[in-house]
Amino acid sequence: MLGKLNWSAIPIDQPIPMITSAVVALGILGVLAWVVLRGHLPYLWEEWITSVDHKRIGVMYTLLAMVMLLRGFADAIMMRGQQAFAFNSQGYLPPEHFNQIFSAHGTIMIFFVAMPFVIGLMNLVVPLQLGVRDVAFPTLNSVGFWLTATGALLVNISLVIGEFARTGWLPYPPLSELTYSPGVGVDYYLWSLEISGVGTLVAGINLVTTVLKLRTRGMNLLRMPMFCWTTLASNLLIIAAFPILTATLAMLILDRYFGFHFFTNDAGGNMMMFMNLIWAWGHPEVYILVLPAFGVFSEVVSTFSGKPLFGYRSMVLATMAICIISFMVWLHHFFTMGAGPNVNAIFGIASMIIAVPTGVKIYNWLFTMYGGRVRFTTPMLWSIGFMVTFIIGGLTGVLVAVPPADFMLHNSLFLVAHFHNVIIGGVLFGAFAGYTYWFPKAFGFRLHEGFGKAGFWFWLIGFYVAFMPLYAVGMLGMTRRMQHYDVPEWRPWLIVAAFGAVLILIGIIFQILQLVVSIRDREELRDRTGDPWNGRSLEWATASPPPVFNFAIAPEVRSEDAYWTMKLQAQRQEIEKSEPAYRDIEMPRNSPTGFVCAFFATIMGFALIWHIWWMVAAGLIGAFATFVAFAWRDHDEYVIPAAEVARIDRANLAERRALLVTAGSA
Amino acid sequence: MNILDPQGPIGAANATILIDSVAIMLTIVLPTIIAIFAFAFWFRASNTKAHYWPDWEYSGRIELVVWSIPALTVILLGGVAWIGSHQLDPATPVEGTGSPVRIQVVSLDWKWLFIYPDQRIATVNTLTVPVGAPLRFELTSGSVMNVFFIPRLGSMIYTMNGMVTRLHLRADNEGDLQGLSAHFSGDGFPNMLFDVHIISPLAFPDWVAKTAGSDQVLNEDSYTRLARQSVEQSTLTFRLGDPLLFHAIATQMIPPAPGPKITSEAAQSYIGASDAR
Amino acid sequence: MTDATMTYTLSDPHHVRAAEHAGPASKRIVTAYGFWIFILSDMVMFSAFFATYAVLLGQTAGGPSGAELFDLRNVAIETGFLLASSFTCGLATIAADARNKFSFQIAMAVTCVFGLAFLTIEAREFASLVARGAGPTRSAFLSAFFTLVGCHGLHVSAGILWLLTMMAQVYAKGFRADIQRRLLCFALFWHALDIIWIAVFTVVYLLGSAV
Repeated sequence: MLGKLNWSAIPIDQPIPMITSAVVALGILGVLAWVVLRGHLPYLWEEWITSVDHKRIGVMYTLLAMVMLLRGFADAIMMRGQQAFAFNSQGYLPPEHFNQIFSAHGTIMIFFVAMPFVIGLMNLVVPLQLGVRDVAFPTLNSVGFWLTATGALLVNISLVIGEFARTGWLPYPPLSELTYSPGVGVDYYLWSLEISGVGTLVAGINLVTTVLKLRTRGMNLLRMPMFCWTTLASNLLIIAAFPILTATLAMLILDRYFGFHFFTNDAGGNMMMFMNLIWAWGHPEVYILVLPAFGVFSEVVSTFSGKPLFGYRSMVLATMAICIISFMVWLHHFFTMGAGPNVNAIFGIASMIIAVPTGVKIYNWLFTMYGGRVRFTTPMLWSIGFMVTFIIGGLTGVLVAVPPADFMLHNSLFLVAHFHNVIIGGVLFGAFAGYTYWFPKAFGFRLHEGFGKAGFWFWLIGFYVAFMPLYAVGMLGMTRRMQHYDVPEWRPWLIVAAFGAVLILIGIIFQILQLVVSIRDREELRDRTGDPWNGRSLEWATASPPPVFNFAIAPEVRSEDAYWTMKLQAQRQEIEKSEPAYRDIEMPRNSPTGFVCAFFATIMGFALIWHIWWMVAAGLIGAFATFVAFAWRDHDEYVIPAAEVARIDRANLAERRALLVTAGSA
Repeated sequence: MNILDPQGPIGAANATILIDSVAIMLTIVLPTIIAIFAFAFWFRASNTKAHYWPDWEYSGRIELVVWSIPALTVILLGGVAWIGSHQLDPATPVEGTGSPVRIQVVSLDWKWLFIYPDQRIATVNTLTVPVGAPLRFELTSGSVMNVFFIPRLGSMIYTMNGMVTRLHLRADNEGDLQGLSAHFSGDGFPNMLFDVHIISPLAFPDWVAKTAGSDQVLNEDSYTRLARQSVEQSTLTFRLGDPLLFHAIATQMIPPAPGPKITSEAAQSYIGASDAR
Repeated sequence: MTDATMTYTLSDPHHVRAAEHAGPASKRIVTAYGFWIFILSDMVMFSAFFATYAVLLGQTAGGPSGAELFDLRNVAIETGFLLASSFTCGLATIAADARNKFSFQIAMAVTCVFGLAFLTIEAREFASLVARGAGPTRSAFLSAFFTLVGCHGLHVSAGILWLLTMMAQVYAKGFRADIQRRLLCFALFWHALDIIWIAVFTVVYLLGSAV
């Protein structure tokens, strides 16, 4: 009746997941109670849960990412703690628990922190920068977000019902096959990612179509902000790479559920095929993550240097080159599998070639600062911190791209330090810079600078203290994922690394404080003009937060740095004096489709994991019925009358006029 | 286990390439980092002495330099990678003194089995080799993927069931080293460290003879018992009963080792501590 | 920016610039474009299955190979049905453009019948293979075969569900603009399945039987 599910699935003998789950459950219940009792539920349902507005969906993606960052970081600090203690001892985490923790840490950080963070920023910003009202497929956008949330939910449920995978964040066979991982852990992983993978693909299709088919008048591709170019490249990669992940995980599912032999030891299965397929997805994945971050830095560095981005066309070329080459390097993840010198060397050289356009970008940011007037706001600090940190990560990356070097460093903590170096230094710093930079646009008030800077410094110093020792201990031969060890030379480095994790924890606490204090002091931090940073692109040409329709009149663009040009023009020609002719605006209707569909997806995912077949069927029927119900509605848009548009716009323009008169100097 | 303190030619060559590559890249990276700090500091908004060029966004000359620096570095390192990959291919034999020692390695859950087919002996979790002799490894796995790695001797290589990988090393100094598995393979994975004893080529035949006097025989039966999931704390020694045992393992004539035993219904959903050992 | 630079940026004295970007595209174009991209992504997924099939082709684990198993006559018949269904789907598209409800429903119904015929023949083939001990759990080759061909079959099944839904929509609401857009997407999907099938029967059945 309930498949494999029974009461013994709850790990009552393990205090850590039990206490954590209890605390989290209490927290969720507390928030729910507050929402319902204060009467906020209708607001939440109408304005957020069923919203198809790209700005709201972008905020929800980012919120999901930040909450999951706390869970992923909790895993991280537990691991650092374990490795600091577990010298000639078992530490405080038995192997079966430690192994779930590092698997969950990687899975959550990549799929439920980094991906939603960059997708959230792209969702929020791209339509505004393109001067349009929404993305190409707003309801699909909502579906994509809620399916991602479903995946996150399933991973977290595994903490208290059953177990999570114990294979690492990529479930290599034969370890991940049923023979060697008979529990439900790998199944939680597989279904969670299959479901959220659909969400990601949907976001990819949406953003590519938006960038290529929905730009305002006059915005040729070469007049787009750099962030839109990196969005295009990243989402092209999503479309080309995620289907491979879907197929590969499906094959592992077939092996585990139906006894197929794709990757088993027996009957001709080939575990090397899994490695090739998963990394054919896996390498483009890291560029999917880092390209939007590069886009953020292009925006931030140029705004806070008071200059246009240096070498725009060169940056476009470099971005698209990275996009294409990222598909040609996957074998560098398993040089030590014995492919032979020619194959190894070719992939090694291809991996180095990708460092060329990346290096070009760093130099172009450098020369954007040259001859500028650099303001050291929090986003700019993140950007400078990124430039230095990412170069070091890139160096170690090119190092392990040399096969003989990799023969000594593969899977060691040196490798772990390298990829954290580029993911934290690149993706996470970019996400934090983007979050701080665009927060006023989303909410109408800035984040507190002091706490922001404190958070930055603790993150930066904490990162170096946590990960530089890992380079050292990797050179001393330590491999990754060790629950305990007895090599005395490793211990001091691991203790220092644990201390670094604590510094990062303090940084996170400052970021939380920053948010709390900013909300409390939001009137003082209010952005009344919509342009708090003296920005250069179109998102700053509308109010903060923008009205639901983004722009009352679709802007017409004549150059790169469209808004900067408009400001200078306005200063000279005072074109803002006359009022534009307002028209009715049609906006897409909100819809519960995304949320309801995800509800059924959660049921289906859970049922598939626990082999509750009738529940799977129910979920499938429910999901299909949801789509039919959506297809059946008669009105998918609503009209905002011209008078209402005029009223909203006039209120916003009043403050803006004052700014435009004084604008023009940095 | 310091990889920068190699005890054999493979390790030494790998370490040299590592250090040289870092040095080459540092010549670019260090000036770039300094430039980042310098530009950011000099062009700070409060510095009125710095020039402000609000429209300067392109320079062909700078673009040329900026594309060339990484490109030239990559060409140089690419050459290092090409030559190094060919010279240090794990399957390429290494020259040495004395007759080569063939060692057949089987990674199990969670221990290492070393078969010496020519000497008709086998050991678990300890590898004894003579100084200076070419060491010819043939590797496979009894169950899941692992990686055989002796950090101070040289390159690592995957072990996979149903397949044979090859590695060639040489140890140039007497002493004791350690090796480990560099690929996570399950709950007992951290215990897969093994000792490496490098002894004089005169002492080696004595060690072989002593080991051959072991009362344990390694054949299909004892291998099957050994292959069950367990953590092996001691270092076992065997006489090799079947010289073709490795071949049987590698071609799956002996089927792959089983996984954890499911002892209870509870374990169906969540494998507790007791089940894995 | 100086006045001179500003004036130059906004003017185009040598008529260097081609037509300016006209603004956001129409809903119909946007919908079709997005769906094309989805189809491309689906083809990437199929490529992964094709690649796996190619790698595992020889891994018969002592069991039967393609040449021993495939019945090309069957394959020819099911291919005929699928290609014919693509033709009738085209007829349905023409009927929809002409706003002819009756012809549309007939053409879609025939498409459905042909699609179901394809699926029936395929299901029978799978059942007979399993009965002969050549099911997907027999060997890696058979796992890859069943998955590649089966994945296509699953897509056809989903297509038929979609087809029936579109018939119901047109019956209930006529040829509204949004329903026309969905019909366009459905037709693209159905024809794309045909293209994938051509790749499948070439790579799997024809090349497999030749060996």
